[in-house]
Formats: sequence, C-alpha cells, structure tokens
Amino acid sequence: MLTEFGKAFIFILIAMIFVIGLVFLSKLIRPHRPTKEKLLTYECGENPEGSPWIKFNIRFYVVALIFLIFDVEVVLLIPWALGYKAFGITGFLVGLVFLVLLGLGMAYEWRKGDLEWEKPKVQPPMINKQPVAEVEEELLEV
Amino acid sequence: MMYDFFVDLFGNTVIAGIASGILMSLLPLFLFILPYALFAVLAERKVSAHMQDRLGPMRIGWHGWNQTIADIIKLIQKEDIVASDTDKPLFNFAPVLVFAGSYAAFAAIPFSSYYIGSEVDLGIFYIIAVTGLVVAGILMAGWASNNKYSLLGSMRSVAQIVSYEIPTMLVVLSLVMVSETMSLHTLSEMQTGYFWNWYIFGGPGFSLTKFLLIPSMLIGFIIIYISTLAEVNRVPFDIPEAESELVAGYHTEYSGMKFAMFFLAEYANMYAVSAIVAALFFGGYQSPVGYLGNLLGVEWLIPIEQFLWFAAKGLFFVFVQMWLRWTLPRLRVDQLMAVSWKYLIPIAFVNLIVIGFITLI
Repeated sequence: MLTEFGKAFIFILIAMIFVIGLVFLSKLIRPHRPTKEKLLTYECGENPEGSPWIKFNIRFYVVALIFLIFDVEVVLLIPWALGYKAFGITGFLVGLVFLVLLGLGMAYEWRKGDLEWEKPKVQPPMINKQPVAEVEEELLEV
Repeated sequence: MMYDFFVDLFGNTVIAGIASGILMSLLPLFLFILPYALFAVLAERKVSAHMQDRLGPMRIGWHGWNQTIADIIKLIQKEDIVASDTDKPLFNFAPVLVFAGSYAAFAAIPFSSYYIGSEVDLGIFYIIAVTGLVVAGILMAGWASNNKYSLLGSMRSVAQIVSYEIPTMLVVLSLVMVSETMSLHTLSEMQTGYFWNWYIFGGPGFSLTKFLLIPSMLIGFIIIYISTLAEVNRVPFDIPEAESELVAGYHTEYSGMKFAMFFLAEYANMYAVSAIVAALFFGGYQSPVGYLGNLLGVEWLIPIEQFLWFAAKGLFFVFVQMWLRWTLPRLRVDQLMAVSWKYLIPIAFVNLIVIGFITLI
C-alpha cells in the first residue's frame, strides 16, 4: 500500500512524464532547420547587446528576505492554529505574543522604508522662459 | 475501490498500490485538465472578444469551437528553437518543473466526495508548499533563457508570487483556526448541507460565532482572491508578462511544445487557485441546494453531481479572472508591492487575530 505522500509523488512524476513525453512526441513530427539568425537570443530584431546576466535591483533580495521571515512564521503557526483551542485563552495568548512580535518587526521594516519600491522622480515639464523685456532689448540691440 | 481491484489482479499490495496510484493520478489530467484547458483557452479568447465588441475566433468549427484543437496541432508541428546562448539543461527542465508544480496541486484537491488524488492530512499546506516548484521553474526559465526580457520577467514574477503568498497563507491560516483541519476533503465535508453552511457565510451550525465570523470571512475571501490572482500572474497583476514592455516575460525564448506546456501550466494554475478558493469558502464540491440523487434515491448520481458543482464553481472563478482582465488596468511595480505588503498583509494579520478572538467565544 502506498502512503498518501507516495500518491502525491506519483502525481508529480506523471506530470513530468507527460511533459517530457509530449516534447518528445513533437520532436518526431516537427522540422529542425536551425540557422544562425534563429539561434540568436531575441532582442527585438537586433543583435543581442552584452550579457543579460546583469546585477539586478537589491529590492528583490530584501523582498525575498522578508518573505522568508513570514514563511517561517506561518510554518510555525500552523501547528498552533490546529491545536490552540484545546488550551483556551492561554493557548491563544501564546500565539498572540508571537503574532505581535512579528507585527512589530513588520512595522519596523515599514518605518525603515524596506517596503518602498523605487519610484522614478516625476519631473514636471519646464520651459526656459526669458522675461519679455529682455527679449525686446536683445531685439533692439540687433 | 480501484486499489482492491488491483490487489485481486496482481495479488501483491505494493504493485497494486502503485498501479492504482498511477491510474488515480492520470484521472484528473485526462478527464479534467486537458478538456478544461481546451475549453478555457477558447473561452478566454471568446470572453475577451465579446467584451471588446468583437467576435473572436469564428473560422474553425461552429463559432470557432475547434480553434484550440487546431492550435495544438499547429504547436506540435512547430520547430523548437533553442537559442545557442541558453543554458540548455535548465532551459529544457524549466517547463517540466512548472507543469509538475501546478499539476501536483491537483493531488490534494477533492473533485467529489469519492475522488481525491491523495488524502494527505496537510492538504492545503501541501498545495502551498508544492506550488513553490512553479516559482523555481519560472526563475529557472528566466535565468536559463539568457535573454534580458526573460530575466526581468522572471525576477518580477518571483518577487510577486512570493509577496502574495503571504496574504494567501494568512487567510488559509485563519480558516484552519476556524475549522481545525487542513485537509480540503474534510473542509468540504464540513460545509455539507445547504449554502448557509459555507465558510463564506460563517461555517456550519447556528451559533453566535457563525454570525460574528461572516464579516471576517468576507474580508478573508477578498484578500485570498486578490492574492491568488497575483500568484497566477493574471491581469491586473500581469507585470511579469506585460507584453507591452517585456515581450512575453519568462517564456519569451520558448517555442513549440515547451511554450504550450507553460501555457497549459498557466491555465491549470488558474483552475487550481479557483478550486482552492471554492473549496475553502464556497463548500468545495457540495451542492448549495441539495442533491437530485438524494431526491430520486439514485446513489450513483451524487458523485457526478458533486463533480459538476465543483467544476462549475471553479469555472465561475476562472471566468471572473478573465472578466477582470478586461476591466482593470495593469498595476505598476511599486503599487503591486504596496498592495501586498501595506494593505493585504496587515489586513489579513488583523483579520487573523480577530478570528482568533471570535473562535474563543
């Protein structure tokens, strides 16, 4: 007899076999005529310029870190959520202390500005105006 | 049932278990996801067309009924171009991982009271964990493509999925607190009877708790709907695939069958999240008004009815997703992060604590 997780694992295996099988099936049918232009990386019809493996925004890293904290928190809270009712109000308060600590951490991150995404500064359109009198003077001089 | 049959056939419990497991895991794929995807791709085009006062595909079959089948035949014949600069092993493995992640979620989704792929006690927790494979697959696809658009798209996509996973989990957690179970099967069984037993209406039974829970449940439903919408990268949260700025996001470099697999995974994911929302708040496979099978005294009709109800509820939410696509404009990246971190998470957090207090009454 399979365990329930064994069945879930078979689901993953079946999905993998399905995709690999279909890709293989299409390999039997489809044409294969590579040319130099086809094998270039797509970049709006131009030749690719430089490596795409660039340094990316540090914000993504901060988001991942905050996510990690919350993820671990939820994993810790799930057993509590399943069983706190057995302990009545005490059980709930234990979880509440934990939640409040997390809330404080969240408030700190918010205050520090880690949740802000960089926004481009709006530059209002400027017209270089010269006072009318000066222009008239210039004209008179000419 | 199927297991007993195989035990008789093979006389060996291990082989019988594996054989019935394989058969059970093939059922949702061939009986549900593929027909559903055929239907949903067409429906998406038809819905968007009619919302824009167009007709959509009309040529192949009556009102374009066979359009998707023609598309699939086309996609199978398409040349599979793998650019020479890509990281080939990762590039080829990414669609496998993305589809495996979204299909594995179906293992713990009960389609009717008689069919659930795998009766894991962790249920919803397992689903959330296993859909992490999709994140890994998307990042892999973007990185391996060696394309600027793909990399940007996948980075955005991962940041978005990861941030919106937290409100989802907080809402799921609050529901776990109320129901004290994580299995979607048990959760659906608890919401049996009529529609006022659904969790959106405060759950089964008549008590003060039920009526106090209704506002919290409504808030929870709205939060989980918004965040699951973001998790499947649908409009208004389609920044990762914003075609006007990023070509096609993480699958820019993919063509032919591999692209089709990303597409299939996306549609499977759309149904999976809708099904989860339906199972958590709208009674899962339970009928809102009672069963025809009970009325007529026909036992075998009930599972079929349950399946139809479940499909209908899921498809309704998929339709709402398509509807929203043509209603709302796309969010900016900073707005997207603000919605998740500054609105949904604090609200879900407070909602969780309020639900905790209510359940203690």
